[in-house]
Amino acid sequence: MCLALPARVVELLPAAMAKIDLGGVTKTVSIALVDDVAVDDYLLIHVGHALGKVDPVEAENTLARFAEMSAT
Amino acid sequence: MKYIDEFRDGEQAKALAHTIAREADPARSYRLMEFCGGHTHAISRYGLEDLLPPSVQMIHGPGCPVCVLPTERINAALWLADHPDVTLCTYGDLLRVPGSKRRSLLQAKAEGADVRMVYSSLDAVALAQTLPDRKVVFFAIGFETTTPPTAVALQQAKSLGLKNFFVCCNHVLTPPAIRAILDAGAAIDGLLGPAHVSTIIGTRPYCPFAEQDGKPLVVTGFEPLDVLAAILMLVRQINRGEATVENQFVRAVTAEGNRKALALMSTVFTIRPDFAWRGLGRLPQSALQLADAYADFDAERHWTLPDEAVADPKGCACPDILRGIKHPRDCRLFGTVCTPDNPVGSCMVSSEGACAAHWTYGRFREGVAP
Repeated sequence: MCLALPARVVELLPAAMAKIDLGGVTKTVSIALVDDVAVDDYLLIHVGHALGKVDPVEAENTLARFAEMSAT
Repeated sequence: MKYIDEFRDGEQAKALAHTIAREADPARSYRLMEFCGGHTHAISRYGLEDLLPPSVQMIHGPGCPVCVLPTERINAALWLADHPDVTLCTYGDLLRVPGSKRRSLLQAKAEGADVRMVYSSLDAVALAQTLPDRKVVFFAIGFETTTPPTAVALQQAKSLGLKNFFVCCNHVLTPPAIRAILDAGAAIDGLLGPAHVSTIIGTRPYCPFAEQDGKPLVVTGFEPLDVLAAILMLVRQINRGEATVENQFVRAVTAEGNRKALALMSTVFTIRPDFAWRGLGRLPQSALQLADAYADFDAERHWTLPDEAVADPKGCACPDILRGIKHPRDCRLFGTVCTPDNPVGSCMVSSEGACAAHWTYGRFREGVAP
């Protein structure tokens, strides 16, 4: 049940809430647990709360590493 | 969807699997435990075991909060729900878990109890605002992933001055459970560390398992390529005779974790002296309770909950399965008396449980399904 999904921030709302988009589904979630959230950030969403951000650079690095690991 | 689809690429998965097969020594075995039910589910759903050489075996761990919750806590939830002035809210996973006499919260609801499934902890707070004449109890379960959302709800209830919102806290901690498994002498060569638990706690709490116990541990994401890459990282560490904590899930996990969430958790919760886990027994300092500052919201202080220990159902192998000693196929109730439609043991109830995963996917690859 500890499953979070990466979703894009569409709009910042008052009271530490934000509207997010998950593959076309929009939902309002709490961003109280994450600092410095901006529109277009990807957040990991779990039970209506953002737990952290997805680092886009590290995500690219990880994809590149899959190829490196399986090439050696 | 971004950050999901590209981590499910079939060709890349084959390439990683090929590398694992090439590098794994056929003369030895690599017994790897995935602690988290999310990984158990991913491994079964994507058929990753079919891609692994016979020397690499995946052992399913106890990281499913529904599976490790002992029957007496389900009985406590039922006891609360049976109060005419109580509205009991919880996550959907828990509703079908049988308590004593195989009665579940869903059955209590059918009998007239006010049991509500909520998506978010904040939905329970909102419900307490809409139902001022009722005592709204949020029956909170989960590991460190689900704990900060409960803390946010409690903080919100406090700032709203709610008098009819309560939390029955069953939040449990990952590192003490790994400690218990290793101390029990489980025959494992390496561990896959949980993905989203680690976004909160970071990778540092796992260091003792590498340094003191000599077990390599790789924190990894829930997508199939993440899991395969982490298995390869473990095979490489084992081949080199190393034991370190590595982080494959760098896009979301850091060494120190989410400091804001950890700070809030330490304000709202304190560590219990001990807590009963199904399969693992009473583990010291393995669960959380509400801190004194939140005593007014604590269901365990407002009511005296029944806590009589209940034996696991006869014949059910969940306790051994949760410790990686038995496989679901070794349980004589599996697939006969115990199925997802009519579960006996907790590992069959939650979709992340080892038995449910084996029922839904695994038994077909073994060719034993009817």
